[in-house]
Amino acid sequence: MELLYAITLGVLTTCGIYLLLRARTFTVILGLTLLSHAVNLYLFASGRLVAGGPAIIGLTERSADPLPQALVLTAIVIGFAMTAFVVVLALKAAVELRNDHVDGENPDEDRA
Amino acid sequence: MPLALIILLPLTGACLPALMRGRSSLLLASVSAIPALLSLLLLLSWLPHVMHGGEAIVQQLTWLPSLGLNVSFRLDGLGLLFALLITGIGCLILLYARYYFEGNDASARFFTLMLLFMSAMLGIVLSENLLFLLVFWELTSLISFLLIGFNTDRHAARLGARMSLVITGGGGLALLGGVVLLGQAAGSYELSAVLAAGDRIRAHEHYGLMLNLILLGAFTKSAQFPFHLWLPHAMSAPTPVSAYLHSATMVKAGLFLLARLHPALGDTSAWFHLVTLTGMLTLMLGAFVAMFMHDMKGLLAYSTVSHLGLVMLLIGLGTPMALAAALFHLVCHALFKAPLFMMAGFVDRATGTRDMRRINGMWRFMPAMMVLSGICAAAMAGLPLMSGYLSKKMLFTESLLVTAPDWAVVVIPAWVTLAALFSVAYSIRIFHNVFFNGRPINLPIWPPRGPRPAALSPIALLALATLLVGLAPAPVYSALVQPAFVAAHQALVDSYDFSTLGGGVPMAMSIVALIGGALFYHMRDPLFRLHARLPEVDAKEIFDWIMRSAIALSQRRVFQLENGSLQRYLAFILLTVLVLVGLELMGVDHWDGGVALAPLDPLTVMAAILLCLAAIGVAIYHHHRLPALLLLGVTGLFVTVTFARFSAPDLALTQLMVEVMAVVIMMLALSFLPQKSPKESSRSRFYRDLTIAVLMGIGVTAFSFAILTRPQETISDFFLANSVPGGGGTNVVNVILVDFRGFDTLGEITVLGIAAVAVFAFTRDLHLKERVVDTIPGHWVAEPHPIMLSTVARLVLPIALMVSAYIFLRGHNLPGGGFIAGLITAVALTLQYMAGGLVWAQERMLTPFRPLIGAGILIAVFTGLGSWLFGYPFLTSAHGHVRLPLIGEFELATAMLFDLGVYATVVGATLLVLANLGKLMTVAGPGKEIG
Repeated sequence: MELLYAITLGVLTTCGIYLLLRARTFTVILGLTLLSHAVNLYLFASGRLVAGGPAIIGLTERSADPLPQALVLTAIVIGFAMTAFVVVLALKAAVELRNDHVDGENPDEDRA
Repeated sequence: MPLALIILLPLTGACLPALMRGRSSLLLASVSAIPALLSLLLLLSWLPHVMHGGEAIVQQLTWLPSLGLNVSFRLDGLGLLFALLITGIGCLILLYARYYFEGNDASARFFTLMLLFMSAMLGIVLSENLLFLLVFWELTSLISFLLIGFNTDRHAARLGARMSLVITGGGGLALLGGVVLLGQAAGSYELSAVLAAGDRIRAHEHYGLMLNLILLGAFTKSAQFPFHLWLPHAMSAPTPVSAYLHSATMVKAGLFLLARLHPALGDTSAWFHLVTLTGMLTLMLGAFVAMFMHDMKGLLAYSTVSHLGLVMLLIGLGTPMALAAALFHLVCHALFKAPLFMMAGFVDRATGTRDMRRINGMWRFMPAMMVLSGICAAAMAGLPLMSGYLSKKMLFTESLLVTAPDWAVVVIPAWVTLAALFSVAYSIRIFHNVFFNGRPINLPIWPPRGPRPAALSPIALLALATLLVGLAPAPVYSALVQPAFVAAHQALVDSYDFSTLGGGVPMAMSIVALIGGALFYHMRDPLFRLHARLPEVDAKEIFDWIMRSAIALSQRRVFQLENGSLQRYLAFILLTVLVLVGLELMGVDHWDGGVALAPLDPLTVMAAILLCLAAIGVAIYHHHRLPALLLLGVTGLFVTVTFARFSAPDLALTQLMVEVMAVVIMMLALSFLPQKSPKESSRSRFYRDLTIAVLMGIGVTAFSFAILTRPQETISDFFLANSVPGGGGTNVVNVILVDFRGFDTLGEITVLGIAAVAVFAFTRDLHLKERVVDTIPGHWVAEPHPIMLSTVARLVLPIALMVSAYIFLRGHNLPGGGFIAGLITAVALTLQYMAGGLVWAQERMLTPFRPLIGAGILIAVFTGLGSWLFGYPFLTSAHGHVRLPLIGEFELATAMLFDLGVYATVVGATLLVLANLGKLMTVAGPGKEIG
């Protein structure tokens, strides 16, 4: 199970980073979302994978680590706020620069 | 009496003229003279102690012991000699400046800088700690920069200032490196320790590097070839600055440093060759160029360069009395050069030019100055009975004592004789050309009016001192120079016996130099013509060329790295992470930490595969934005499932709600942005990015697997144990959020609120009317508000609100809480927007979202503050049991009030973002702002 989880994290990271490196703002937002999924899942897993044991006192014998969960919960909400903010930035850039390239100008070819 | 006072007096005194801008130079000079004179008196009070061979006085204050940096002061013969020169000549310069700046409104700045400079310079010579010394060293460079550029409106002044800063500042950096090496070799930065560790330092493996760096610092400061460039260009400074910084004091800092560090670094072959050869070159070059300068100050500047070279040569020489000769000459030079500069300044003011081809016959206009300058020029030339005569003869004597290496035995005596010949020639020239040599030619100011008699007082005092040293060298020597000589040697050494300076070869060398110099000057006209035909080497152009190429080179390098492409920067950052983390991960020998793996079940495997496929789908189909976004929603859902699968119901609920909202927001954005991303990545680019991404993915997989299979150490046992007794709730996650780590949560909702308000601010004046690419395509809004959706949405609203209230109330004990309840409410209200349209919803809804955010944060803060009323720390919670009809008994904690704040902030922030983004997309345009 742990290996499967780790591979899933790797796939999410790969896709996220690949998209982050693209040239258009919307794609970067997609990549950012995937990457934050990966980060949240990773942080969550630092409390180890426990099945059937929510961190509620008196419910089960063995309970999951509540601390990473609490941290990830706020991370999810802040991640949402960040996504919203980046979306607006992208919109603003698109309006003011008349294109949605990350550098603010539409190159005929890649600048690398 | 603390030595620091000597430095602090001028430092604090510098405020006085600064506070008196625009006052007369008499007042400013008098005010500035007070701290300078006080420092001088304090120093003089130490003179008897030092004169009688007293121990060096060291006073220490620890500052940053971990760096070896202490505020520590040292007063010994060497420091005292320099400090007396600095304060003594400084006072006379202030007196001179009082006349020089008469009627100049900007002189307050000059006096302030002058006192600051005096303080910094005293810091150099009185520091015991080498790092502390460096601080003052850099300060003198900076103040010199400000003083050279004093006339900020003149291009030459700005250029000269910049040049001096580049050269002396660069040397300062080298010196820093050298001093750090030196301190490490000696094991301490305190001079007492460094000077005592000479043998260890000279045997150190980095001795060569250390010596070179320190010499670089000293050479740049003391204008040694080829770093002498800056000194002639520094002559665009006002004359008091030239007389003080660029002849009497600052340029001697390098000489001081070498004399100071001589016991630690000196008397090796490398020292001899580097210091002596540099000194020789500088001596000759300066003397030769000075001869042909037509500018009075230029001649004096090059002559200063030459004299600095002379002292440098003596410091390197290594014969028993060479250092004594060096220090003696240094004093003589300060005494005769400063008044010559003062004279040049007055003549410049009186005639309006510094060109000696035009200024002639000034004896008619300034006879007193002629006499005084004559004394000083005679000392510079080394005429018998003058101070310069003695120091030159000391130089000749020492040059004859050199025994090794072979070439030096003949070359050095011949070389110094030739240089002395030049110096005789230029000394005659400045005196004769200015005061005699026929009549003035076409002066800008006519008739020239010499300064009033009182203004000559500083020149007279210095000329008198020059005479005194020449007539009675022995007492001056034994009072000032001998203690300095002892301090520079760190050993008991014999006093210089002036009676041995009789005849013999040195006498002959002197005579040769005098006669040769006079002849040379006599035949100057053909020589000048010859010189004029020589190709002109303008140091400034070379310097400019070096600076231009350096700037061009660094610009090219910078642009190679920074070409403005964000993708490129991101790739660089990621590559750096890969390399750094990769190197660390190489060291992991077993990835499997050994903890037993949980068994796989088919359903989870299936979900994981779907999650991965959805993510890969997003990456592959990202050119088609809408499908990619839908696939992104799928990954979000599977992330939710993952949380649920691994015992995190709160996370699952949160993720679910957030996912809905995030997809809605991105949809809104997409309705405006282009629907497709153009395919523009080149093949190589694609592979580069894919490689980076895959490597990162592999890295993440590897170390998360390593972590997951290692035993866990957690601090959560505390939370699990104290959740019920301490926080009054059984849902530990929620108790952590609102109680144990409430302060974090408070910070987080604040961030959330700020982000929402930022979105609001951005959308406020965003006009999507000027749409860039394809306007909202038809198929997007085929059916604006489907009837089924709007009907169901209205029914769902009360139910959803009730659910959110329930989730909120139970949150302390069962999955739920403010965050989740807030998101549910927000989603329910968003549904109304979507179903009925913005206008429809607007009409039926109160939308004070920003006040709601503010209220939420305030509720949370005041809940926290409330615990102060009961004498508990911020955010301490209290709880009790409450029974509500129908719902049953539940615990009510103050934490719930806090959670209410969280709830309000989340609802407000989410809806503020959504409504304002939605507003942008309406066909009607922005309209009234929402929230």
